[in-house]
Amino acid sequence: MKLPIYLGLLHRSEHTLAESFRQVADGHGDEPDVYFLCRSLADQCEKHEQALLPIVERYGEVEKDDEPERLHADGLSKTRSGAVGLLRDLQDLYLLGSLVDITWTAVKQAAQGLRDAELLEVVTRCEGETKTQLEWLSTRMKQAAPQALIVAE
Amino acid sequence: MVDRIADIWGTRTPFAQGDRWPVRVDQVLAKGLSEQDVDRWVQSACVLCSNGCGIDIAVKDGAMVGVRGRAMDIVNHGRLGPKGLFASWQGVSNKDRLTQPLIRENGELVETDWDTAMDRIVSRSKALLEEKGPLSHGFYTSGQLFLEEYYALGIIGKAGLGTPHMDGNTRLCTATAAAAMKESFGSDGQPGSYTDIDECDAIFLYGHNMAETQTVLWARVLDRIGGPNKPMVVCVDPRSTEVARHADVHLPVRPGTNLALMHGLIREVIRNGWIDEEYIAAHTLRFEDLADKIEPWTPEAVAAECGVDAAAVVEAARIFGTSQRVLSTVLQGFYQSAQATASSCQVNNLHLLRGMIGKPGCGILQMNGQPTAQNTREAGADGDLPGFRNWENPQHIKQLAELWDVDELVIPHWAPPTHAAQIFRYAEQGSIKFLWISATNPAVSMPQLPRIREILAKPELFLVVQDLYLTETTQYADVVLPAAAWGEKTGTFTNVNRTVHLSEQAVEPPGQARSDLRIFLDYSRRMDFRTKSGRPLLDWEGPEDGFNAWRECSKGRLCDYTGLSYERLRGGSGIPWPVNEEHPDGTDRLYGDGVFPTHADAAEDYGHDLATGATVGDQAYKAMAPNGRAIFKTALYQGAHETPDGEYPFRYTTGRTAYHFHTRTKTGRSPQLHDAAPAMWVEMAESDAEALGLGEGDVVRVESRRGHLFAPVRTANIRTGTVFAPFHYGYWDAADPAEADPQQRPRAANELTLTEWDPVSKQPVYKTAAVRVTKVADATGPAPAPTTTASRPARAGRVLATVGGAAGEVSETIAPTEPPAAPRDEVRS
Repeated sequence: MKLPIYLGLLHRSEHTLAESFRQVADGHGDEPDVYFLCRSLADQCEKHEQALLPIVERYGEVEKDDEPERLHADGLSKTRSGAVGLLRDLQDLYLLGSLVDITWTAVKQAAQGLRDAELLEVVTRCEGETKTQLEWLSTRMKQAAPQALIVAE
Repeated sequence: MVDRIADIWGTRTPFAQGDRWPVRVDQVLAKGLSEQDVDRWVQSACVLCSNGCGIDIAVKDGAMVGVRGRAMDIVNHGRLGPKGLFASWQGVSNKDRLTQPLIRENGELVETDWDTAMDRIVSRSKALLEEKGPLSHGFYTSGQLFLEEYYALGIIGKAGLGTPHMDGNTRLCTATAAAAMKESFGSDGQPGSYTDIDECDAIFLYGHNMAETQTVLWARVLDRIGGPNKPMVVCVDPRSTEVARHADVHLPVRPGTNLALMHGLIREVIRNGWIDEEYIAAHTLRFEDLADKIEPWTPEAVAAECGVDAAAVVEAARIFGTSQRVLSTVLQGFYQSAQATASSCQVNNLHLLRGMIGKPGCGILQMNGQPTAQNTREAGADGDLPGFRNWENPQHIKQLAELWDVDELVIPHWAPPTHAAQIFRYAEQGSIKFLWISATNPAVSMPQLPRIREILAKPELFLVVQDLYLTETTQYADVVLPAAAWGEKTGTFTNVNRTVHLSEQAVEPPGQARSDLRIFLDYSRRMDFRTKSGRPLLDWEGPEDGFNAWRECSKGRLCDYTGLSYERLRGGSGIPWPVNEEHPDGTDRLYGDGVFPTHADAAEDYGHDLATGATVGDQAYKAMAPNGRAIFKTALYQGAHETPDGEYPFRYTTGRTAYHFHTRTKTGRSPQLHDAAPAMWVEMAESDAEALGLGEGDVVRVESRRGHLFAPVRTANIRTGTVFAPFHYGYWDAADPAEADPQQRPRAANELTLTEWDPVSKQPVYKTAAVRVTKVADATGPAPAPTTTASRPARAGRVLATVGGAAGEVSETIAPTEPPAAPRDEVRS
């Protein structure tokens, strides 16, 4: 069964996203909404990690699989500055969040196939929050983009 | 004669449930004048709080010399509060008024003429448009102009320039009211009416010190309390306000914990089965979304988090759940605190759960802070689109483009409007280079003042300030425009419960001062904004043209003004919208039929996730298919972001006093009001003061992570661990030069507040911050805080009572006429 591969991927990507939210919060402290929300959302990602633990205990978790990593999603190495920098950082979060989101989708499919009620409950709880994270990032980027791309210096 | 400084609410006229509130006509004239001396009385409404009392202005020899309440007005039945009585005219007829435009030359503001001042604005504006485009422009207006002025400004911004960077200081006072109604009901628009006070069995005041913020409305409540079948009163407020003193249940929550309390109340109401399942099924959506949010909030959990009695929580829920008719009112204690929209929506939800909406006594008043804030919201001067139109609905954009005869692409609708704090952030970053501030004073009223001053002082920011007086903000301006005041111009405005009043010009403005409308029209003309067919974009001759244009814009929308005209508004009472063919006499309450403007074609907003502010979007909204049903919305409790710790051990909260409005530009110039509350103070609980070795009047330094202030302490009835500061005091009237300099002797409450806002309403959080307090000097007398209000000393008898003496005397005529009647609700199936 290859589900442990996806559980590992999910676990790692939630962890990366949490770290990246925290990094963006600290790097953009002058944007109070970004600061406070990114910190809350980092906490939320860590709760998702916690929620996965009992599942991981049952199925195990595989760090490496036979498939080679083609796309590297290692998180943000450093935040940028300025209006365009904020936009880019939010965009990176959006990409990391999308990886988490689609991984939940795949895991949910497996959970249904396995008739695993416990896993389904975890997925249902977490995937909605991931979607809201993406919606917030999209909302915030829509607001920031015109100013950053047209008039910011 | 009654001393209305000592007796803020005036003589009681008790009445029974279901009766009409008796008339009492309050009148004051300048010293030495009697009624025979008055040349004429001119119809208006008061602009010194959001209540919207009908008022007549006394004119003698071309000057305002006094006021009286309008007996036939459905809002106030003749009464006026101290601010209206003493500041409306004296706050305007003053030697300090600006009478000429000023421009900055070699670093100094110097007098000039209108052509020179406007040329300077227009040449900067045109150059920036050429170089950077419309997103370089921002407008920050008020909740104190007139409807026609906001609509003109809205058209300039949205159809002339095409900038989304428009907001009002209404963002600071009432944005959450609008946001909560949009989320729950699909649109802004007050469900309830003041007449619900006359009918209710219980009244809940959530973070609403009505006794001080809307004194005339509180007089109506006091008269119910004093009459037969008095209503139960429940008060949520960390201070022992006058409301709390009259309450059957007082819940003095820790600042920042409102949402936990609301979850607890909802949980109790549902668990006890005090809900109307038929109403919920027929008229609402998403009831099931409440469950996981409220589940943890047992009365005991609420007690622990909020610092209140579990039994009091249970009792408050019982009163809500078992009374037949409940009125809820909400204001800054919720709007300016943590999780504002989620908490305020829970108030709406309580009413939806019980189906108590739109029926006599079953009201919600999501209050406004300012007299014309409703119009800022309706007309689009706060960035929302005029007529409660939805920026995500292409049909609504098309309607506006056709109405204004402009290209749809000009109208900024690609994202929500830019809120005030974000406008200042863009100015800080240098992408907004032109900022036009009208009728507000952000150098005192915005949070985190040290930062705001730095932004306003930026040399690359071209700053236009339009006001009655020199203020803390005008000192940073490149151009200062002298505006005509209330009583010096004609226009309309709308109060909390949708009542529209006409305010006629009574006197000429001083010197060269001009109405805000004339200034905006002049800017539009000089900028040569035109329609697609080449006509001037704003060709209004005066305010009545503006009103007629607005009527057209409001047609078919919830805030329908089509049945109103200046003529219709002359002579009688104000009239609550909608006023149209269906409701020719106006409308007392909305949603009596349980049908809400949530249909995707009608909705002003498709809503948000209340925890993050993520937009729901049109697809998800349409999939939900609310189609006239209200929506249960709230969020998980999180609490305040900045809470006390070892370094900053007190919770800091800011607020108002009955005697002042905003930054006192008007009320500080009324001798009666000034003397009642002349200077800054802070309030602490007696036990906290004692622990720090502080006595009444000792001077303290209050410090947060962002700034500090100095003020004398009033030991007051406030919950322990909390420091309260009134937000009215700045620097314009400081006694000596050191006190006028915030660097040397800071005293404004907002030196300490933090830059943070609600994720949905974007209203700044003024009610929670962490501070520390140290003594800096012994008292030279008691703190200059009134004894008649929430700031009364914890121990009586040690501080002289606040009185007005002869100067505070007002004539009150009880029941000279029968009380007026509000429009009758249409009976629908």
